Amino acid sequence: MIDWKIAILVPILPALGFFIMLFFGGRMPRKGDWFATGIMGATLALSLSIFVHLFKQNSAYATILESTPWFNAAPGRPFLAGILVDNLSALMIVMISTISFLVHLFSIGYMHGDVRYHRFFTVLQLFTAAMLALVLADNFLTLYVAWEIMGLCSYLLIGHYFDKQSAANASLKAFMTTRIGDVLMFVGILIIFTQTGSFRFENVFSAVAAGTFTGNWQMWAGLLLFGGAMGKSAQFPLHIWLPDAMEGPTPVSALIHAATMVAAGVFLMARSYPMLTPEVFLVMAYVGGFTAIFAATIGIVMDDIKKVLAYSTISQLGYMMLGLGVGGFIFSGYTSGVYHLITHAFFKACLFLGSGSVIHAVHSQSMSQMGGLRRKLPITFATFIIATLALTGLPPFSGFFTKDSIIAGSIQLSGQNSAHILLPIFSVAAAALTSFYMFRLIILTFFGTPRDEAKYAHAHESPWTMALPLMILTALSIWPMGGHHDWFWFRNPVPLRSEVVSRYTPEGSILAVAHDKEQKAVFVETPQESHEHPEAASPRGLITAMKVVPIHEPEEEHAHHLAVIFSLCAFFLGLGGAYLTYSARKISAEAMARRFRPVYVLLLNKYYVDEFFQIAVIRPLMRLCGLAAWLDRWVVDGAVNATGRVTKVLSYIAGQFDRIIVDGAVNGVANSVAGVGRNLSRLQTGRVGNYLVFILAGVVFLGGFMFWMAVK
Amino acid sequence: MNIPCILTWIVFAPIIGMVAMALVPGERGNRWARWISLITAFVVFVLSTILLVNYYALAPELRGGFIGIKGVAFPDGAQSLYEQRVAWIGEYNIWYHVGVDGLGVLMLFLTGLLSLLAVFPAWNIAKAPRGYHMMYMLLITGMMGVFVALDLFLFYVFWEVMLLPMYFLIGIWGGPRKEYAAIKFFLYTFAGSVLMLLAIIVLYMKYHTFSIPELIAIAPFSDSLLTAHLLFWGFFIAFAIKVPMFPFHTWLPDAHVEAPTAISVILAGVLLKLGAYGILRVNFPMFPISTQTFIGIIALLGVISAIYGAMVAMAQTDFKKLVAYSSVSHMGLVMLGMAALNAEGLNGAVFQMFNHGISASMMFMIVGVVYERAHHREIARFGGIGLQMPRYLTLAIVAFFASLGLPGLCSFISEVMVFLGAFKSQSTAAVPQAFGWTFNMSYLTMAAAFALILGAAYLLYTMQRVYLGKLKPEYADFKDLNRLEYLQLVPLAVLALVLGIFPNLALNVFNGAMGSLLTLFPATGAATTANGVAAALAASAPAMGM
Repeated sequence: MIDWKIAILVPILPALGFFIMLFFGGRMPRKGDWFATGIMGATLALSLSIFVHLFKQNSAYATILESTPWFNAAPGRPFLAGILVDNLSALMIVMISTISFLVHLFSIGYMHGDVRYHRFFTVLQLFTAAMLALVLADNFLTLYVAWEIMGLCSYLLIGHYFDKQSAANASLKAFMTTRIGDVLMFVGILIIFTQTGSFRFENVFSAVAAGTFTGNWQMWAGLLLFGGAMGKSAQFPLHIWLPDAMEGPTPVSALIHAATMVAAGVFLMARSYPMLTPEVFLVMAYVGGFTAIFAATIGIVMDDIKKVLAYSTISQLGYMMLGLGVGGFIFSGYTSGVYHLITHAFFKACLFLGSGSVIHAVHSQSMSQMGGLRRKLPITFATFIIATLALTGLPPFSGFFTKDSIIAGSIQLSGQNSAHILLPIFSVAAAALTSFYMFRLIILTFFGTPRDEAKYAHAHESPWTMALPLMILTALSIWPMGGHHDWFWFRNPVPLRSEVVSRYTPEGSILAVAHDKEQKAVFVETPQESHEHPEAASPRGLITAMKVVPIHEPEEEHAHHLAVIFSLCAFFLGLGGAYLTYSARKISAEAMARRFRPVYVLLLNKYYVDEFFQIAVIRPLMRLCGLAAWLDRWVVDGAVNATGRVTKVLSYIAGQFDRIIVDGAVNGVANSVAGVGRNLSRLQTGRVGNYLVFILAGVVFLGGFMFWMAVK
Repeated sequence: MNIPCILTWIVFAPIIGMVAMALVPGERGNRWARWISLITAFVVFVLSTILLVNYYALAPELRGGFIGIKGVAFPDGAQSLYEQRVAWIGEYNIWYHVGVDGLGVLMLFLTGLLSLLAVFPAWNIAKAPRGYHMMYMLLITGMMGVFVALDLFLFYVFWEVMLLPMYFLIGIWGGPRKEYAAIKFFLYTFAGSVLMLLAIIVLYMKYHTFSIPELIAIAPFSDSLLTAHLLFWGFFIAFAIKVPMFPFHTWLPDAHVEAPTAISVILAGVLLKLGAYGILRVNFPMFPISTQTFIGIIALLGVISAIYGAMVAMAQTDFKKLVAYSSVSHMGLVMLGMAALNAEGLNGAVFQMFNHGISASMMFMIVGVVYERAHHREIARFGGIGLQMPRYLTLAIVAFFASLGLPGLCSFISEVMVFLGAFKSQSTAAVPQAFGWTFNMSYLTMAAAFALILGAAYLLYTMQRVYLGKLKPEYADFKDLNRLEYLQLVPLAVLALVLGIFPNLALNVFNGAMGSLLTLFPATGAATTANGVAAALAASAPAMGM
C-alpha cells in the first residue's frame, strides 16, 4: 500500500543523504559520489512507485494528504507541515528524481577530479531534497521553506568555482535577484494567511471557493506570488540572473537552471491556480509571452553555447507562463503549461548535459572554437539533435505537442478577444526564433569545419556515465507525451483545469473527480462580472469579453489546426534561416550584423537590462545606503557627541565658576555628566590591579551593606 | 533534579568564581583565571540548563504564567517559578525577590550558554587575564540578576552592576578608540537608567512597593493616564537605548567595534536582549493602556530600525561594524513583533530575541576568527579567504544564512512569526491619529519586508568580498579553525539548525507565558482579520491547524 509514509520518504531520503554526505562524505570511497547517486536511484524508485500507484487505477484520483503540527503560534494552535500527493506533484516528483538521478550519474564523469567534488554532490543532495519537498508541500509555508533552501543551493552551486570572480558575482546576483521575488512572494503569503487564517492549500482554496477570500486582497496575493515566480522562473525583468548562473558547473545548469528549480515558479502558479484572479492570469500571459520572445531574440546572437541554452530556457519558461496565464480563459491552457514544464525539463536537461559533454571534450564554451564535432562526438550529436527537434517542436517529439497546445491556446484567446492579438504573435515568432538559434547552435558546434584544430584534435566522446544519461533523456524526449490522451495503461497524469479548480468546492473537501469529458464541460467557469465600468478598458473590461470554452469544441479544433500550421511554418522558417546563414552561407551573418548594427549591438548587450538595473536600482540604492551611513555618523551620532561636548563645556564653565567665584571645591563638577567621565578617566590609571581593588572593595562593601540591612 | 535557591546560585556563582580568582596569589592567578572562569561559566550553564529541564518537566498548565498577570497561576500560590523572597531593606519595603517565568527561563538559558561559549574567544587574552575574567564574572552576575529580579530596586541594582564591568571590559581590553567607546556606552546607558530610576521612584512614592508582580496587579496610575504615559516612556527609553532602537543606537557600533570578540558576543547576544526583556517585563504588563496607546510608535521605530540599520550596514567598510548594524536591524524586527500585540507577533519577537542571540554571536565569532589572523577588519582588503579556510567558510555560511533568515535555520521561523503577527495586527497609535494619520500595520510590515532584501544584500555582498574570489597572497598562510574556535562556533551552528527544524523546542518554553501577557490586550489580541467569515475560519483553526 502506498501511503504518506512512502511519500514522505521521497524528500527525506535525499535530505538524509545530504547530512550523511556532509559529515561523512569526505571519508567515503570516491568521496561518496556513488552513494549520492544510489540515494537518488532509491528516490526515483519510490517516486515511480507512487506515480504508478496513483495513475494505474481507472476510477478516481487517489490523493495523499497528511500533515503534522510543526510549530506553535500559541499553545494548541500549531502551524502544520504536511505532504500533498496529487496528480501534479506525483508527476513532478518523477520528473525531478529522474533528472536528478541522471545528473548525478553524469556528474561522476563530468566533475571527475574537481577540487570540491565532495561538496558538489552534498549540495546536489540538499537541492534535490528541497525541490522534492517543494512540490510535495501541502501549504504555502513549507513550500516557501523549500523554495528558499533551493535558492541557497543554487547560490552555492553557481559559486562552485568561487575562486573565480565572475562565479562569485554570478552567485550573488542570482541570490539577490530571486530574493527580490521571494520577498514579494513572502508578502503574498502573509496576505493569504491574514485573509484565510491558514497556509494550507486546502483551506486557502476552500476559502476562495466559499467566497471569503476575494477582492483586491486576493488579486494582490496572486500578483505577489507571481512576483516570486518571476524571480525563480526568470521572467522579464527578473531574468537577468539566469544567463550569469551558467558560471556553475554544467550538470548544475541542467538540473537546477533548466529542468527543476527554474520551473518551481511555474509550479507555484500551477499549484495556486484556484486562487488566481483574471487580472493575475492576464499579467502571467503577457509577462510570459513577452519573456518568450524577448529572450529568444537574445539567444540568436550569443556565442557561448550555455548562454544560448540559458536564453532558450528563459524563453521556454515564458511559454509555460503564457500557457498558464491563457489557461485562466481557455480550457486547455493549464494542461499545456504544466505539460510543457515536464517535456521541457527532459529535453532541456538533455541539451544542457549534451553541451556539457561538448565542453568536456573541447574545454571551451565558445562556439567560435567548435565546429565539425559530430564526427568526434557521435552519441552527443545524435542525442543533441533529437532534443533540439523536441525543443523546436517537430512532431512526433514531445515539445511539439506541448508548445503547439500553448500556441493554440493563445490563438483561441485572441479569437475570443482581438485585443490579445499580441499573444499569438509573440508565441509564434518566438517559435521561429527558437528554431533559428537552436539550429545555428547545432551547425556551429557539430557541422562545418573545426575552427580550432587543437581543440578539435583533443576532443573525445565522453565516458558511459555521461553518455547513458544523454540517451535516457533523449528517449524521454521522443515519448509523445502530448495531447489529452491516456498513456497506454496509465491515465493521463497531467491535471485538467477543471480538476484543479473544482476540487475545492465550497464544502471544503477534496473530491475525487471523474475523468471524463462531461465533467470538463460541467466545470466551465462563468464569465467574470465587471464591477462598475464594464465598458472601461481596464483588465476587468477585457476579461468580461471572454468566456471559457470547454474542450473539443469547434473553436478549439480550429485553433489547434491553425497552431499546427503556424508552428510548423515557424520551425521550417527558423531551420531554413539557420541553414542559409551558417551552413550554406547564402546570407552573411556578418553583413547582417553590419547592416542592422544598432539592433545587433542592442541584442549583444541583452537590451541593456543589466545596465538599467545597475543605474536605476543598484547605484541609487548604494547611494541611499551611503547617505544613511553619513546621516548616522554625523547627524544621529553627531547629536549624541554634541550633547556630550556641550555638557563638557558647561561643566567646565561651572567648574571655573565654582573654583574662581565661589572658591569652592572642584568636586561639584562631578555632578555633571562629563564630570563623571573625567573622574572615571582619572581612575583609569591603566593598572588593572587598581581597578580590581576598587571593584572588590565595592563588592565587599555592597555585600556587607546587604548583610547588615538584612540582619537589621 | 531540584536544586534549592537555584536562581540565587545562578546569579551569584560567578561571584564565587571572582573571589576565587582574587584569592589565587601572584602570577599563578593570571594563569589560573581562565580555568576558573571556564569552570564557573560551565557551572552556571549547567545550572541554567537544569532550570530549563526542570521547567520542561512541569505540567503544561503550570508553564503558562506570566509574572504579575492574573489568570494562570504559578504552583504553590507563588508569584513566579523557583521563587525566592527575602526581606532586604525592610523599612523601604525592598526585597531580595527573584523568580522566573517562561520568558525568564529561556533568557537565562541563552545567557548561560553564551557566557560559557564567550570564554573561548578570550582564552588567550594577553593583558591582565585575571582582571579580565574577574570583570567577566561580575558581568555574568549582573546579566543573570536582571533576568531574575522581581523587585524594581533589585532590578535597578543589577542593571547598574552589569554596566560597570562592561565599561572596564571595553575600556581596558578594547581596540584603539576604547576609551571613547567605553565612556559613550556607559554614559548613554546611564542616561537611560536615570530615567528608569526616576520612574521607579515615582512608582514607589505612590504605592510604597518595588515589587514588580504587585505593581502589575495594581496597574499603576490607571486613573491618571498622563503619569502612566510618562512612566511608560521613562522605562521605555531606558530599555530602548539598550535594545538599541533608532535613534538611540549609535553607542552600539562604537562599543562593538572597540570591544574584544568575547565581549561583542555578550553584548549582542545578551545585553541587547535585556532591553527587549525589560519592555516585556515592565512596560507591557505594568502599563497596558500606555502600551496600546503608543504601540504604533514602537512599531514605526522598529520598522525604521530594521530598514535603516540594514541600509547603514550596507555602507560599512568595517566587518564588525557591519555586523553591529545588522543587530540594529534585527532587533528592529523584535520590536515590530512586540508591537503586533498578538500571539504570533509576541512569540515571534521573543523567539527572534533568542535566535538573534545565536546568529549575532556566531557572526561576531566569525569576525573574531578572521581578525585574529589578519589584524584588520577592512572588508575591501579581504578576498578569497574561503579558499584557504574551507571549514571556516562552511561555518561562516551557516552564520550568514542564519542571520539573513534562511529557512531550516532558526531565525526564519521567528521572522515569519513576527511578520505574520505584525501583518494581521490591529494595533494603532493614538498619538499619530491625533495628527491626522494612522498606521496601517499591514503596510508598515510590507515596508519592513524591504529589510529582508537589504539583509540578504549586505550579508552576501560581504561574503563575496571576504571569502569568495581570488585568494589574496597576504592571506595564503592562514590556518583553518583551531579547536578553540570550533568549540565556540559548532554548538551555535548546531543549535541554529536544530531550532530551525524543531522550533517548538524553544517556542513551547515561553508561548504560554506570552499568552498570559496577551490577556491584557484583548482588543487586539483576539481579532484575526477584518473579514468576518475569514475570522470564523481562523477561529476554527485550532482544530484544523494552520
